[in-house]
Amino acid sequence: MSLREFRADLHIHTCLSPCADAAMRPTAIIEEARRRKLDMVGIADHNSAENVPAMQAAGRAMGVPVLGGMEICSSEEVHVLAFFDDDDALFAMQEIVYDNLIGRNDEAYFGEQRLIDEHDAVIGATDKLLIGATLLGVNDIVGSIRGLGGLAIASHVDREAYGLISQLGFVPQGLLLNALEVSWRCSPADAEAYRGYGLELIRSSDAHYLSDVGRVWTTFRIEAPRIGELAMAFEGREDRRVSI
Amino acid sequence: MRTGEDRLDREVRRGYVSDLLSDVLANCEEGDLWITLQVHPNVVAVASIKGIAAIVLINGREPQEETMEKARQENLPILVSSLSAFDLAGRLYALLGQAGDRR
Repeated sequence: MSLREFRADLHIHTCLSPCADAAMRPTAIIEEARRRKLDMVGIADHNSAENVPAMQAAGRAMGVPVLGGMEICSSEEVHVLAFFDDDDALFAMQEIVYDNLIGRNDEAYFGEQRLIDEHDAVIGATDKLLIGATLLGVNDIVGSIRGLGGLAIASHVDREAYGLISQLGFVPQGLLLNALEVSWRCSPADAEAYRGYGLELIRSSDAHYLSDVGRVWTTFRIEAPRIGELAMAFEGREDRRVSI
Repeated sequence: MRTGEDRLDREVRRGYVSDLLSDVLANCEEGDLWITLQVHPNVVAVASIKGIAAIVLINGREPQEETMEKARQENLPILVSSLSAFDLAGRLYALLGQAGDRR
């Protein structure tokens, strides 16, 4: 295989996230990703990966690779994106999260948390408090993600709400992050300010509505849309590259 | 009292309550007592950079082990209170009175 460029939006919520629009369903998201000329998408609902298999099935059917992930909220209220190649690792991580997530969702306040199939049909709901914070510290979360072979990326570090730097002042030393994410509101020029930590940057939509999908993206020069390739791009190994 | 037992002789005239470390970096002043629920090791670096007199963790929250280690290295007092931030700040403000006002 040879290296080629992949346009990626790695931070998309589905209708499982209580704050996301009901229209955020597999074929609709993939259709929008195709319209926006994305070569891969990352699915990251709050503290859950339950809609990932449906998203991956739709992505396979429609020709857009889907990275399965989660956006995990730490006890410090820092959001961390976790991505895995293999569903066993992804759901092992989900189990760790669920074991440390307390409370029940109240749809009237936070919104519905819909489980869907690959054809966009609602097949259930979860009553876990997905919008809540886990009891896990950010160091433990990143350690678990990396231990399971995943990618750990600090979400929207330019934002005050749930951003690593806002919550904890600076990127903690020794935290085994693969990269930092800046939000769609942060221009590539402004993002340069976050390069001082020695980590590569991604820029993503944090889509909660279909019209958000692909509004910004990250370009990877890799062989295939897989975790190991992205990790190499973040380290600049063997000609793999990442740019925002 | 968790760490920094021998550093309790510093005079504290004011305090600051915040759980956003970026806000503490921006607005806390040297010699302040910092009341927070954050137990991550970064609190020690922030407190040291800002010259904070001591950290008080509220609601009985215990510092992480790495936080304790770093606080020992920096000789920074960390105390734990069973009170909420509101009740603790209220009691301390009653003790310090107007001296605790910023302006």
